[in-house]
Amino acid sequence: MIVAERKPMAEIIEMVKDCKKVLVLACRGCVTVCSAGGEREAAILASLVRLGLKKEGREVEVIEGSLVRQCDREYIDSIDQWQGQYDAILSTACGVGVNFIANLRQKDMVYPALNTTFFGGSTEQGVWMEQCAGCGDCVLHLTGGLCPVARCAKSLMNGPCGGSVEGRCEINRDVECIWQSIHDRLGAFGRSAQMEVIAPIRDWSTAGHGGPRKTVRKDLTV
Amino acid sequence: MSFDPKITLFSCHYTSQQSCAEGGHELQQLGFPASISMVRVPCTGKVQVTSLLKAFEDGADGVYVVGCPVDGCHNVKGSVRAARRVGAVQKALAELDVESERIAMYHLPRGLQPQFIAAGVEMDQKIRDLGPSPFHKI
Ligand code: SF4
Ligand code: SF4
Repeated sequence: MIVAERKPMAEIIEMVKDCKKVLVLACRGCVTVCSAGGEREAAILASLVRLGLKKEGREVEVIEGSLVRQCDREYIDSIDQWQGQYDAILSTACGVGVNFIANLRQKDMVYPALNTTFFGGSTEQGVWMEQCAGCGDCVLHLTGGLCPVARCAKSLMNGPCGGSVEGRCEINRDVECIWQSIHDRLGAFGRSAQMEVIAPIRDWSTAGHGGPRKTVRKDLTV
Repeated sequence: MSFDPKITLFSCHYTSQQSCAEGGHELQQLGFPASISMVRVPCTGKVQVTSLLKAFEDGADGVYVVGCPVDGCHNVKGSVRAARRVGAVQKALAELDVESERIAMYHLPRGLQPQFIAAGVEMDQKIRDLGPSPFHKI
């Protein structure tokens, strides 16, 4: 899922300080699962916005709403139901949701309440870890299913580097050296020889270095 | 500056059960501050972040939660959960440049113990020292 976290309140208050009516718009997709922008977090945020603006001596009406997802046109259209009740939308979706609102609603000002951080999953309650960087040219079949792009500090394709010590990464001993784990995992499947194969220099254009990426499925277009 | 604070206490049934005896008169006799209004909940683990914030929205100058001892919660982890939520509100208050001491968590033995009164007195004094809530401007 896409993982995100709430922006600092001072930053959010600065965005909405001139608003009289704010719609805090939750997303019931990924950000609900990572407890950053679902209905519960939106209710907390609405309360904090009211308090923050009261402290600045400003009166504001804050209403809450939520969409199944904010990354689909059909749901964005349903923002019409709150028409006239807001002068800005404070979205608790990931950056995709905020962009979709901006793309599709020319008259609506939209602000991001979250910092979208990574694609990951929960490793224990309350903890999320990055797992994939969406590089567009997946190598997991070569690395035992463990991602060197997202999970190696240097995104090495031929690891580990000389800084790997006892399975820990040189940037911080709290960080797993994923190349050590790749090695161990390949070994467990009798495929250690895979580690000897030198990966060629990568073309990173699929990783976003070649401009915004787009997927077209001709079989699905109408 | 002297003022009459308004303090909201969320307390679990087990910690505060005897404090309601005789219509709360006993509490008063023991010196429990009149500035504190108590909201009894079945378990402090039930108190959501939104409930704590709502208390501030409703005009509280300070808020505190009294739950069972960390290792002796009637509902195992209720008071630990409450403490985490109090921590989240403390962090949010700091982000709004408001004193995070305006909200606190106490883990106290069950029943009407002297510590229950002492926590109330401490909170009352703390909020008097901090002054009125900065959320009362309008
Ligand atoms: S190799 Fe690329 S696509 Fe595959 S998991 Fe890593 S970042 Fe994601
Ligand atoms: S120690 Fe391991 S994870 Fe860290 S940079 Fe080197 S190869 Fe990558």
